[in-house]
Amino acid sequence: MLDSLNIFIKSIFIDNMIFAYFLGMCSYLAVSKNVKTSAGLGVAVTLIMAVTVPLTYVLDKYLLEPGSLAWLGPKFATLDLSFLSFIVFIAVIAAIVQIVEMIVEKYSPSLYNSLGIFLPLIAVNCAILGGSLFMQQRGYANAGQAFAYGLGSGLGWLLAIVSLAAIREKLAYSDVPKPLRGIGISFIITGLMAISFMTFMGIKL
Amino acid sequence: MNKEIYTKPFFKANPITVLILGICSTLAVTVQLKGAMVMGLSVAIVTALSSLLLSLLRKTIPNRIRIIVQLVVVSLFVIVIAQFLKAYAYDVSKQLSVYIGLIITNCIIMGRIEAFALTNKPWPSFVDGLCNGLGYSMILVIVAFFRELLGSGTLLGYQVIPSSWYVVNGGWYENNGLMILPPMALIILGCIIWIQRSKDKELQEK
Repeated sequence: MLDSLNIFIKSIFIDNMIFAYFLGMCSYLAVSKNVKTSAGLGVAVTLIMAVTVPLTYVLDKYLLEPGSLAWLGPKFATLDLSFLSFIVFIAVIAAIVQIVEMIVEKYSPSLYNSLGIFLPLIAVNCAILGGSLFMQQRGYANAGQAFAYGLGSGLGWLLAIVSLAAIREKLAYSDVPKPLRGIGISFIITGLMAISFMTFMGIKL
Repeated sequence: MNKEIYTKPFFKANPITVLILGICSTLAVTVQLKGAMVMGLSVAIVTALSSLLLSLLRKTIPNRIRIIVQLVVVSLFVIVIAQFLKAYAYDVSKQLSVYIGLIITNCIIMGRIEAFALTNKPWPSFVDGLCNGLGYSMILVIVAFFRELLGSGTLLGYQVIPSSWYVVNGGWYENNGLMILPPMALIILGCIIWIQRSKDKELQEK
């Protein structure tokens, strides 16, 4: 339990998806023009990561890892299907995104309308596939830890996009040099935010 | 076929600095020049080949399921590249870690397929994919050049800054440790965009 809590906090602040690994930058820069839409997208990403990371963990443990097919019989114990992990993970993510889209449309039409085009686009958000691949690389002990990691990474992404959106809203009133306006200044602000997030690196969990 | 298809992806419509696509992997692999070159080349190959294949298939893919078909085709090529690197360049493949797999969700590839390959003939699509991939590599190499030179004093692993300059050896020079850390990649890229947009006024935002 304590391990899961550590992983959760670590993945929000120290191993932040945006500031430490630059994952999901495309939609992070494109959607962060106002706080409301960016919060909606952040919630959707968090939801999907909390589902896909534990799911891909289970698939990895019982299907893809070297020797993971032992439950089928001794003949399969030496099989290594890990080269298939990219294609399995991306298929799972695309399917989950589709399912979440249908569920949200059925039970909460107002949220569905406010997310609009961003929901289907989440399938190609690097942060989601990145979350599954990091989970595979770091070898978490059980599905609970994988869930904590997925939820934490999603929340870290939400935190990053909402804070950039809030800064960009204020930036509309400031006098930025012309060639730097828009995307250029967003990069530099993200860099400065990443430097401030580096202060969390000293914390040992 | 006009000449613009070759030149545009490098300057006027560079996928990174102008279209802002594929940033995710740009920044993380640029600590060293070697990794950046391998990454850039891999992306160029995957973009070119998947554009070619999807352009050949463009009349047979039903519109509704095209995203899934694209993802499958792209991940096919990425698996081939990842296995190739694991076999022949193991240390680079270790250094790039998950970012090789993340080529699948690199927006440049999907962007070029959606915007170009699905409506054009195979050969122009191949050239367009290749040039966009190389335009991406160009920015990667520029960022990695500064980060490796100022951060570790080396280029492609060779010591460039004379070791007698360093403080440890009684000199005056010290590597800038911040260059190796993630935030500087963002700031260098911001500066590249700044320089490009001050030269080319058409690209400036209001």
